[in-house]
Amino acid sequence: MPASSSRTDRSARLTRWLVTLPPALFLVVFFLIPALIMAAASFREPGEFGGLAPLAERGFSLDAYRFVLDDVIYAWILAKSFAVAGLTTLLCLVLAYPLAVLIVRSPKRRRDLLVLLVILPFASNFLIRIYAWMIILGPLDLLYSPVAVIVGMVYVHLPFMILPLYTNLEKHDPALLEAAQDLGAGGWARFWCVTWPLSLPGVLSGSALVFIPVLGMFAVPELLGGTGDLLIGNLIKEQFLDNRDWPLGAALSLLLTLAVLAVAGLSSALTRNRGQM
Amino acid sequence: MALLEIRNITRRFGSLEAVKDVTLDIEAGEFFTLLGPSGCGKTTILRMIAGFDAPDAGELYLDGRPLAGMPPEKRPVHTVFQSYALFPHLTVAGNIAFPLEMAGRSRDEIRRRTTETLALVHLEDKGDAFPHELSGGQKQRVALARGLVNKPRLLLLDEPLGALDAKLRERMQGELIALQREVGVTFVFVTHAQQEALALSHRIAVMNEGRIEQLDVPEALYSTPKNRFVADFIGTINLIAAAVVEASRHGLRLAAPGLGEIAAPVHGAVAVGSNGALAIRPEHLRISGHADRAGLKNHFAGAVVEYLFLGDVTVYKVRLDNGLLLEALATNAGPGRARFHEIGDRVSVEWRHDAGVFLPD
Ligand SMILES: Nc1ncnc2c1ncn2[C@@H]1O[C@H](COP(=O)(O)OP(=O)(O)O)[C@@H](O)[C@H]1O
Ligand SMILES: [Mg+2]
Repeated sequence: MPASSSRTDRSARLTRWLVTLPPALFLVVFFLIPALIMAAASFREPGEFGGLAPLAERGFSLDAYRFVLDDVIYAWILAKSFAVAGLTTLLCLVLAYPLAVLIVRSPKRRRDLLVLLVILPFASNFLIRIYAWMIILGPLDLLYSPVAVIVGMVYVHLPFMILPLYTNLEKHDPALLEAAQDLGAGGWARFWCVTWPLSLPGVLSGSALVFIPVLGMFAVPELLGGTGDLLIGNLIKEQFLDNRDWPLGAALSLLLTLAVLAVAGLSSALTRNRGQM
Repeated sequence: MALLEIRNITRRFGSLEAVKDVTLDIEAGEFFTLLGPSGCGKTTILRMIAGFDAPDAGELYLDGRPLAGMPPEKRPVHTVFQSYALFPHLTVAGNIAFPLEMAGRSRDEIRRRTTETLALVHLEDKGDAFPHELSGGQKQRVALARGLVNKPRLLLLDEPLGALDAKLRERMQGELIALQREVGVTFVFVTHAQQEALALSHRIAVMNEGRIEQLDVPEALYSTPKNRFVADFIGTINLIAAAVVEASRHGLRLAAPGLGEIAAPVHGAVAVGSNGALAIRPEHLRISGHADRAGLKNHFAGAVVEYLFLGDVTVYKVRLDNGLLLEALATNAGPGRARFHEIGDRVSVEWRHDAGVFLPD
């Protein structure tokens, strides 16, 4: 009956709207609009005492971008930030993978306990945990060095790698490993030919969850890396709080956002090319 | 020397003896089947052959060499799992090439053998498809191809047709027979479906509660089951309780309570006076409308209580005058002969003196 089927169609559509509207609204109000304001700000002139110069007097300008492109130091800091983010992601992956495997292979009751331990650090304040690292690294003569920054970054982001990996590995059908072994695969071959490729979606989402926040992180480099070791996050923060050059800060964070989007696009393209998992 | 020798293997899980003192030989080139109800230990035996499990007692020998201590990846034995366990991240060709790659074959050989094996299972055009794009029957063929491609000494198949619908199942049975004949690999097949076992196998071991009840060729299992379990498990059979009155070289004379005397053939030694049952297949019973013939040898009067017209045959259920319910099969050959007897008809049930087998208790 067309009449009733169109009615169910309409009510299904209504439900879909009701469910998706609130999050969509939230994203528009708290992400899209601020991002657009930020983008607009990057084309303005800085005000004398911070903020932005009145639009009527100074209008739009490309000064902030010109400034960034003129000085190679900005490109250098962006590259360094990417390197730190990449290294942190890699170290997190190397540390988190065996841990996730260990958790998945534990008996059910121990597994829940181990997952709890992974997220337990979130129960205490982030800054306190970083200060704790200062106390640990100080006597080792590592404080205010690139090593300290990496250690801090890895420490903070490790759970974000472990959890997606764990969620992925837990879903693997043990029959596949048995089939691989049956067909002649030894321990390493089973890992590289079955477990690893099947875990790639987890690896990619974990990597994104580590890589992207590390790029924007300023607290860790500031507290553990000292003043000599600026990353892009510190630079942006400085423009807003210390230098009072909002357009420059806005331009830098817009460039960072674009870079992150490029990385995210690349990683999702990679996943899609792997076919359905 | 048999290809695979299984010697007195026992496997316990806690207090449960899943496999009890099983001994059997599997010959090269054979289509061998382990048949039994769910939970009788078939999978446990397969896992011990594949190397995923080890017997608590007893030994296995492949080509005369003991298998103990050899890990699964080193055994020239491959398995087709009921769930297929295809690698979801590899294409059909990738799945089939997997064992060749693990064996370190050359790139040329891998390509050639993969193509050959794809053709063998009629999936030439599916090499680039992923498992999730295949139908159940196609997945089944990929699993078979993957198990066969590296020419194992033994291919183990654990209820491989269990997940298919009836029609497809029948077709795959035909393909399995053809495939096994073509590649000549020894198959050890596990199933709980007796018809499937009868249709496919060269030899069948009927299992019950971890033990082998009877090991024989399908015809022998069907016509001369050794005990009630086998008789009951394979096909449909009528059991007529009786005691042995006389035993000679020519046959048995049995006394059935409420029926009278029955003449039956001898299979092995039977002691006079022993109790048991005459097991006789429905197709060995004849039904005629002459109820008055009761009283002749192996003729008994009764009434039709139910019939099932199946097209080629009709199955009658007849209640004899002593209350025993028998099932008889009448073929429907000839025009207009689809059905003879109506419910309630008085009939005579008859069988030859050399039909059936006496099973002592
Ligand atoms: N790993 C195990 N632990 C405990 N019991 C098991 C295990 N594997 C099988 N069993 C038990 O052994 C018996 C035989 O199992 P199985 O060989 O799988 O039977 P089948 O394949 O004939 O259905 C069953 O009762 C089953 O519950
Ligand atoms: Mg089983």
